[in-house]
Amino acid sequence: MSARSDTLLWIAQRASAALLALCVTVHLFTIVYAVRGGLSAAEIFARTRGSAGWFAFYTVFVIAVAVHAPIGLRPVLTEWLGWRGRTREWFVAAFGVLLAWLGMRAVLTVFG
Amino acid sequence: MTALQVSVWRGGANGRLQRYEVPRYSSQTVLDVVTHIQRRLDPSLAYRYACRVGMCGSCAMTVNGVPRWTCRTHVDKVANDGRLELRPLRNLPVIRDLVADMRSFFDKWERAKGHFAGAATKADDFARVAPDSPARHAADAGIECIGCGVCYAACDVVSWNPDYLGPAALNRAWTLVADVRDAKTVERLRAIAGDAGCHACHTHLSCTERCPKHLSPTASIAGLKRAVTKAALEGKL
Amino acid sequence: MKRFALIHRLSGVALAIFPPVHFWALGLGLEMDPFLRWTEQPVVKFSEWGIVVLLAAHLGGGLRVLAIEFLDWHEWQKSLAALAGAIVLAAGLAFALAL
Repeated sequence: MSARSDTLLWIAQRASAALLALCVTVHLFTIVYAVRGGLSAAEIFARTRGSAGWFAFYTVFVIAVAVHAPIGLRPVLTEWLGWRGRTREWFVAAFGVLLAWLGMRAVLTVFG
Repeated sequence: MTALQVSVWRGGANGRLQRYEVPRYSSQTVLDVVTHIQRRLDPSLAYRYACRVGMCGSCAMTVNGVPRWTCRTHVDKVANDGRLELRPLRNLPVIRDLVADMRSFFDKWERAKGHFAGAATKADDFARVAPDSPARHAADAGIECIGCGVCYAACDVVSWNPDYLGPAALNRAWTLVADVRDAKTVERLRAIAGDAGCHACHTHLSCTERCPKHLSPTASIAGLKRAVTKAALEGKL
Repeated sequence: MKRFALIHRLSGVALAIFPPVHFWALGLGLEMDPFLRWTEQPVVKFSEWGIVVLLAAHLGGGLRVLAIEFLDWHEWQKSLAALAGAIVLAAGLAFALAL
């Protein structure tokens, strides 16, 4: 990886961290509020489905997670497992894609 | 008079600890202890020192697990229960006994482009650098480094990633990036960015805690992170 | 300082395992109910609390990193690390009370 791409990854990591700090806080407070009195799938979906605002919020949230988690794991793979080179980058990218895919699938299910 | 039980690393990478008993005095430094061993008990012991007064950094070694200057470490400060364990500096190959091979340390200095590159000629006037300017303050905070290797030995990332340039090399690079007279800033930033450079610093601050000159390589590296970010966003990298 | 960095790293690694499971469960849609009943179990409730503590720890550690990397160098970063720890505790307690 070049100096430039490593720097862009670092920037993306800090930016997504700032986003996540916000999203996670909002999410936790919302969930604690919404879960009062127990939850069932039908109850949840009655509130969430068709909500464009929350759809947008959680899309941003998913993207932030899909960026932050893989980039965060990247140095751990090298420093603690000795993993270097192309295969590491592919694994990290694949993890990001997996998170994005599963995440958007969840967002579509809950807010679609 | 009490005695110190001193375990000293002998041999190369596959060496072992050897025990010596050394008389304990008040106002005794660890360097005094090592010197006593070599002069009175075992002349085959190899170790480094030069100034003996905390200026050159040659005597750096691992004392009870912590990298220190032995000439500036009083025995009373570190000898718990009258025991000392002395090993060569961590993260560097051992030449013999307490002597570490500093070549990779200085090689990384080179790789980080740790040498000044000016653009002025003899025909130009003196450069004017305001000593109170923020850039000069930043550079001044790091220029007292004497390359002793204590920070490098203290750094966990160096242990985990042999490619990592390390706190000293990056600190030096920062003092040059912050130097307004230096003309090769972009090349320098390219050399120090990335997984083996400033971005690998995880702010453990071991370097800052252990630096005998009270420098903060972590702060210098943070400066580099900001400078590299700015350069990347401006398309200069 | 190293301790804070290690907690930050370990909590991050632990947290990386959580989102795929969470996303998968949400993707179950209306078939989620049996899974939701399973989450009523005390061990799951305890794990949820654990995840919140890990999140708070990671966030606190992350704030420490951001402060060192983006703000001017002062000795108060040690106090910041302490503050980060306090936030972790507060968040964990708050969530425990809410659960």
